[in-house]
Amino acid sequence: MAVLEARHLSVDIPTEDGVIHAVRDVSFALEAGELFGIAGESGSGKSVLTQAILGLLPNAIVTGDVLFEGRNLLGLKPAELQSIRGSRIGMIFQDPMSSLHPYYTVGSQITEMIHAHEKVEKTVARRRAIDLLARVGISEADRRFDSFPHQFSGGMRQRVMIAMALILNPPLVIADEPTTALDVTVQAQIVALLDEMRRERGTTVVMITHDLGLLSSIADHVMVMYAGRRMELGPSSALFAAPAHPYTAGLLASSPANYEAGAELVPIPGRPPSLLDTPKGCVFAPRCASALPRCTTEAPPLRVFSDGLQSLCWLEGPPADAAASVAGIAKAPAADEIVVKVEGVRLTYGGGSLFNPGAGFEVLKGIDLELHRGETLGLVGESGCGKSTFARVLAGLIPMTHGKVSLLGRDLGSLDGRAWQAMRREVQLVFQNPFGALNPRRRVGAIIGDPYRIHSLASGTERKREVQRLMELVGLNPEHYNRFPAEFSGGQRQRIGIARALALNPSLIIYDEPVSALDVSIQAQVLNLMRSLQRDLDLTYLFISHDLAVVRHVCDRIAVMQAGQIVELADAETLYRAPQHPYTRTLLAASVTTPPRHPAAGRTLVSSNVVEVA
Amino acid sequence: MSTQAAIPVIQRGSLALTLRRLGRDPAIIAALVFIVLVVLFALSAPWISALTGHSAIEQYRDTGLSEMGLPVAPNAEFLFGTDHLGRDVLVRLAYGAQVSLTVGVLAAVVAALIGITVGMVAGYFGGWVDTVLSRAMDLVMSVPFLLCALALVSVFGPSLSLSIGVIVFFSWTTMGRVIRGQMMSLRRQEFVEASRSLGAGPLSIMFIDILPNLSVPIIVYTTMMIPGSIVFEATLSFLGMGIVPPAPSWGGMLADAAGNSLYLVASWLVLIPGLALLFTTLAFNILGDGLRDALDPRGRPVRRKPK
Repeated sequence: MAVLEARHLSVDIPTEDGVIHAVRDVSFALEAGELFGIAGESGSGKSVLTQAILGLLPNAIVTGDVLFEGRNLLGLKPAELQSIRGSRIGMIFQDPMSSLHPYYTVGSQITEMIHAHEKVEKTVARRRAIDLLARVGISEADRRFDSFPHQFSGGMRQRVMIAMALILNPPLVIADEPTTALDVTVQAQIVALLDEMRRERGTTVVMITHDLGLLSSIADHVMVMYAGRRMELGPSSALFAAPAHPYTAGLLASSPANYEAGAELVPIPGRPPSLLDTPKGCVFAPRCASALPRCTTEAPPLRVFSDGLQSLCWLEGPPADAAASVAGIAKAPAADEIVVKVEGVRLTYGGGSLFNPGAGFEVLKGIDLELHRGETLGLVGESGCGKSTFARVLAGLIPMTHGKVSLLGRDLGSLDGRAWQAMRREVQLVFQNPFGALNPRRRVGAIIGDPYRIHSLASGTERKREVQRLMELVGLNPEHYNRFPAEFSGGQRQRIGIARALALNPSLIIYDEPVSALDVSIQAQVLNLMRSLQRDLDLTYLFISHDLAVVRHVCDRIAVMQAGQIVELADAETLYRAPQHPYTRTLLAASVTTPPRHPAAGRTLVSSNVVEVA
Repeated sequence: MSTQAAIPVIQRGSLALTLRRLGRDPAIIAALVFIVLVVLFALSAPWISALTGHSAIEQYRDTGLSEMGLPVAPNAEFLFGTDHLGRDVLVRLAYGAQVSLTVGVLAAVVAALIGITVGMVAGYFGGWVDTVLSRAMDLVMSVPFLLCALALVSVFGPSLSLSIGVIVFFSWTTMGRVIRGQMMSLRRQEFVEASRSLGAGPLSIMFIDILPNLSVPIIVYTTMMIPGSIVFEATLSFLGMGIVPPAPSWGGMLADAAGNSLYLVASWLVLIPGLALLFTTLAFNILGDGLRDALDPRGRPVRRKPK
């Protein structure tokens, strides 16, 4: 019997711009004890779906049926839902930093869960909480019970969140992007823990994530959502080996992990649709590589295949495997000219500094690097290892404590103010967060034109012409010169950031996690742009990332950084094939990738109905 | 459900969205209308004077005072009655509105400019600059303002410019603190770092990058400082330390009414300037509140209509 069953669930959210159709006619059923994955890009409705089920969207109009333990959750009173939340359905949220209350001890937040739903002695509740904390891997649980959340690391906090979700032994746990905020090595531990707990307790787990690689390794069934619709649903093995829906295939093809290093990625073109407007045909049709003429005019039928896959698509056979057909493009080898030479760079923060209040904390412990013209050097490491700080030291934003950085043969430390100002032109940064790195109150033309304004290089119509040339170069419509950043999507904003970095023709561009805030399909577009720009303009890149698949794909050489030191530096392929340092091996082992695709043998179409989307 | 499919998608601009949100609340519309009326009333003071044939300071002892020498109640000649010297309250109210609005707006704008400058410098540079400026703000805030204002006025003699100066001196700190706080969070934003990495100097960052992002608090807090200044001016005038009689001001009119317990027989002398003061400050406060909500980029969720 299904633990949770959703039938024709739709969620509409009224906003000032109109009604957002966040979820449209989604049905699924969870078997007891399984791990059910919900995958999709941002805005696909995956989080809204679960929040609506739990009654956490008071403003939304939710229609359909959600059956849980024989009751329709959508018909329950708020008080009844409240008693179900926590005791019968546990929740694990994405951000363990903000989901725990900073002013209460970890233990009291867990026992609060018990007291809210059961009448038990304080000591009993404490005993139970400590037992479970120990089970989820918190050492010295009885002592840590009285610690505050800020005394825990991100991974430990997520363990506490898992303990909180499991403390009342609910039959169903919903985990919304439980590992997105965590480092790869921690992510692997958390996923393993979730898997272990559900096997031990027979808990059914719904895991929402954008990370297909992660799902392929643990999920039993996977549902792929796009623009609020269920595009594909089926057993994990069949879905990842041979997706039936072109969107799933496109997502897999966008991931750099599925390519030979250096190959051109095949992104899904375009961007997700507005959820305000409902197209008549298939929502994915405008971006679909296998689109048929009828796709834009008729709602797609539900195809059911013999291996359990269900796909909302006109296609009867498998979609083309775009990734397989692309050959790698040979890149010109890097020249011998050294652009940047970094020798023994150290950075120690004294007490009371802006970025780190701790006294005398050594962030960079002697970094040596060389970058040659035309190459891409990857800098990989987990959060807090100092890679972003190093980028800022190199860009001159943070003064280093010791060491020497020379750019094009000139020592940066010996420059006076004016020469230093001029050197700003040679190193440019592209930031991680495409939303924070662009001034929300200034027009795009002004933002991209800033380098010209600051260095008094071009003004008036000349500047405008230059800006429009740059916009064209990075694939933006030059007519959007007068728009504000808020009118662009995440991927387009990152293009604006790249255009601004290119303006002064710098010798070195530092990318600080340039694609980690973007969806896979958009990420592939931006990575392709970066590669083509490098090829055409002979640019030198320092590419900072935590994502090993991305780094391997774009970089010639990779430096692995741990605790302020570079522990290994080698050619990309060498590093992957024969990692020397134990930390590199840990990193590589922790990163999960989707299994290789192979044609679905013996898959036949079982049934096909045109569904009436309400 | 399917009938909604044809609704076109409108992406509203920020101005249109702000106006839409402002327009949704009848209280804000009423406040705005009231402010416009007060401004028109103040501007038309000379015409009112010409129409009634009364000047603001002339005493009409024959028609404006009863035989007992008491002020006359509102009638056909004196729409709002007269005061203890037989002057026309309507005309004085109109000229008083000029004083109130001038002082209110001028003091608020000057105070805002000082507050913005100090707040931006303190917030941007931090360190000892911030310490010095913040302590200065604390110092100003801890001065007993009424006592100090009275002392200053009694030393230099009351005048319009001195009242404005005193009001500015005691009200810029609010803006300074708000801007300093905003500045401290804005200067850590990545777009500021991006500008710095391009080689932009502090002035360029402060004025071109950050100032546009402060427009919302500046608009809101300046609007909310206007009623404070109006009340402050009225207080000074009430105590005889603001506008020099016989020039009319709302505070002065209230003081006249209070003198000799005249309000016991002529309640309009308190009610008319009192209500004008009350509703003007209320209108500005409501407008400021409304602006803050309307300019909030996060917006408020649209409530579902009850079925």
